[in-house]
Amino acid sequence: MPRTLLEPRFQVEYLSILDSDGTLDTSLEPDIPAEDLKRLYRGMLLGRRLDERMIRLQRQGRIGTFAPIKGQEASQVGAVFTLRPGDWTVPSFRETAAMLWRGWPIEKLLLLFAGYLEGGQPAPGQNDLPITIPVATQLPHAVGLAYAAQYRGDDAVVMAFCGDGATSEGDFHEALNFAGVWHVPVVFVVQNNQWAISVPLKKQTHSRTLAQKALAYGLPGLQVDGNDVLAVSVACRDAVDRARAGDGPTLIECVTYRLGVHTTADDPTKYRSAEEVEAWERKDPLTRFGAYLEKKNLLEDGLAEALDAEIAAAVQRFEARGAANPLTMFEHAYGERPPHLEAQRAAMAERLSSGGPAAATDGAEPPSPPMRGQRATRR
Amino acid sequence: MAKLNLVKALNLALLQEMERDEDVLIMGEDVGVDGGVFRVTEDLHRKFGSKRVIDSPLAEAAIVGAGVGMALYGLKPVCEIQFSGFAFQCFHQIENHVARYRMRSQGRFHVPMVIRMPYGGGVRALEHHSESEEQFYAHIPGLKMVIPSGPRNARALLVSAIRDPDPVIFFEHKGLYHAAKEDVPDEIEMLPIGRAQVVREGGDLTLIAYGAMLRLAREAAGTLADEDGVQADVIDLLTISPLDRETIVASVQKTGRAVIVHEAPRSFGPGAEIAASIMDGAFLSLEAPIARVTAWDVPFPGFAREKASVPDLACVLAAARETLAF
Repeated sequence: MPRTLLEPRFQVEYLSILDSDGTLDTSLEPDIPAEDLKRLYRGMLLGRRLDERMIRLQRQGRIGTFAPIKGQEASQVGAVFTLRPGDWTVPSFRETAAMLWRGWPIEKLLLLFAGYLEGGQPAPGQNDLPITIPVATQLPHAVGLAYAAQYRGDDAVVMAFCGDGATSEGDFHEALNFAGVWHVPVVFVVQNNQWAISVPLKKQTHSRTLAQKALAYGLPGLQVDGNDVLAVSVACRDAVDRARAGDGPTLIECVTYRLGVHTTADDPTKYRSAEEVEAWERKDPLTRFGAYLEKKNLLEDGLAEALDAEIAAAVQRFEARGAANPLTMFEHAYGERPPHLEAQRAAMAERLSSGGPAAATDGAEPPSPPMRGQRATRR
Repeated sequence: MAKLNLVKALNLALLQEMERDEDVLIMGEDVGVDGGVFRVTEDLHRKFGSKRVIDSPLAEAAIVGAGVGMALYGLKPVCEIQFSGFAFQCFHQIENHVARYRMRSQGRFHVPMVIRMPYGGGVRALEHHSESEEQFYAHIPGLKMVIPSGPRNARALLVSAIRDPDPVIFFEHKGLYHAAKEDVPDEIEMLPIGRAQVVREGGDLTLIAYGAMLRLAREAAGTLADEDGVQADVIDLLTISPLDRETIVASVQKTGRAVIVHEAPRSFGPGAEIAASIMDGAFLSLEAPIARVTAWDVPFPGFAREKASVPDLACVLAAARETLAF
């Protein structure tokens, strides 16, 4: 028998529960308590409203470049909804809605995107890593955290986020491979938003799905409608439960769409059509989930206004921040300042006290530079 | 007290630290059952099991990246990269994350990990198995870069590196692994990271070296004393970064002449920073230009030509005599 078929033959499931027309598959509908349904919608809407506000803040020069999440709210909130507070999240740089859900204060996120590292400092006991910008490099960290949790005998689960572009990076494959070999409690959430800046999915991979990449590493891989918060939460709940029970890692591909720009330095009209964007706008995750809640009479009146007020108050706190003290840059390079940094700090302090150039670091803001090879545009 | 070579001394440090602290783990390629290709982790797998001495898949970025995650959780991973020439496949993890997590998280997290790598030439090995690449790590803020020169200081520095709250890149010279044995005490010894040692004292010249080059500096100092009647200070850096400028400057203030020896290529190498530090701190004491004895600025030339590239005793003596005659 020179050629035989190896078993098992691999298959990838696709899960959709609430589709873009608002059609509900009642046989798959999860039993989520009404209060949680309201929290989910609130989390998604907060993500959306903050996103819109941050774009205005960026255009006004009040924060720097950032990566908007519009369109990906269900993928993010539906995923972290399934975690316990003591679990870990490992984000890339487009997870604002997930980070808000996990308890990052709005003003801290604003600080981060205004260039203050203070904004990336998790609170004591908060098990959420700050954003990682080099694509896919955070995924091995998630595997190491999960290994450590398992080693210590803790029941924590680690959830890591990346995008479709990240699945082309070596670190993605190394992380999946390690996770599979070590059988650690990690859930990889791939937000397939169809575009890695200007490169569409079909130029990113010749695979039919991103979920199937998990299968090569011996992990279950599942594709879900990433704009359906019910499907995302069902898939993630299952993956998180299995991870916690010691049944190993899972990859979940959320099929979604970046409705906005890659970052505020990006002009997507250069590489994709208005028709394509409009088609995806009809699949908006908030619209269908809002309609679902309306039928259940769970939509809260004045919610958007209440969230806007919450955001406005946070913006005010953010704006009231003190000037960035340049001397603090020497505080966290090492646990203990070595002599050369002590000397450099003293030199800076001297320059500051004499009104030298370092004193002027919090003056007029220069324009934000583009992120990762993106050309700057003025829009 | 036992007579140990560098391999056994490093093994002792790992053994004792693992016995002392359950959070210390070892991870790398072939570090478990095989005990490492240089046998530095020999027997530890048998003693501590596969959860603590991890035979990882062959992937440097994930070895270091997973180590970052473990360290963020509170463990103390000691990662082995099989040869420093392969560390470029995890260099992004080291530069982007290992070095920066304390800063990025403003002190909420830190990365107490050690990344051990064999480095250096003169062992008749192929490309990527013979280079000296300490300058890349020494240049990165947030990292510490340590290179021992013998069994006893290697053991003490590795213990210090494991207990250090910051990430330490720990280079081990392949040529020293099975070279001289030294008395290594049974009880745990530590050496401060960031401190050089004056291993021979003299007032006429300062020889600065580290790793395998220390032996050359010592031999040169002996020859200069015997043949030229010249007494040299010999400084063993031990830590490349943070550099112990104080010890270097104090010596050159006394001698007025300095020769720096390293195996790494010359341009932008550690010698340049050492020379600049001498200029900053001992300019008015200098009697001669600072000399650098280094490899040439060429990619690894193949081991058939390696002897012409890596500094030898004659190079060090020639540079020292030129400096003295200036």
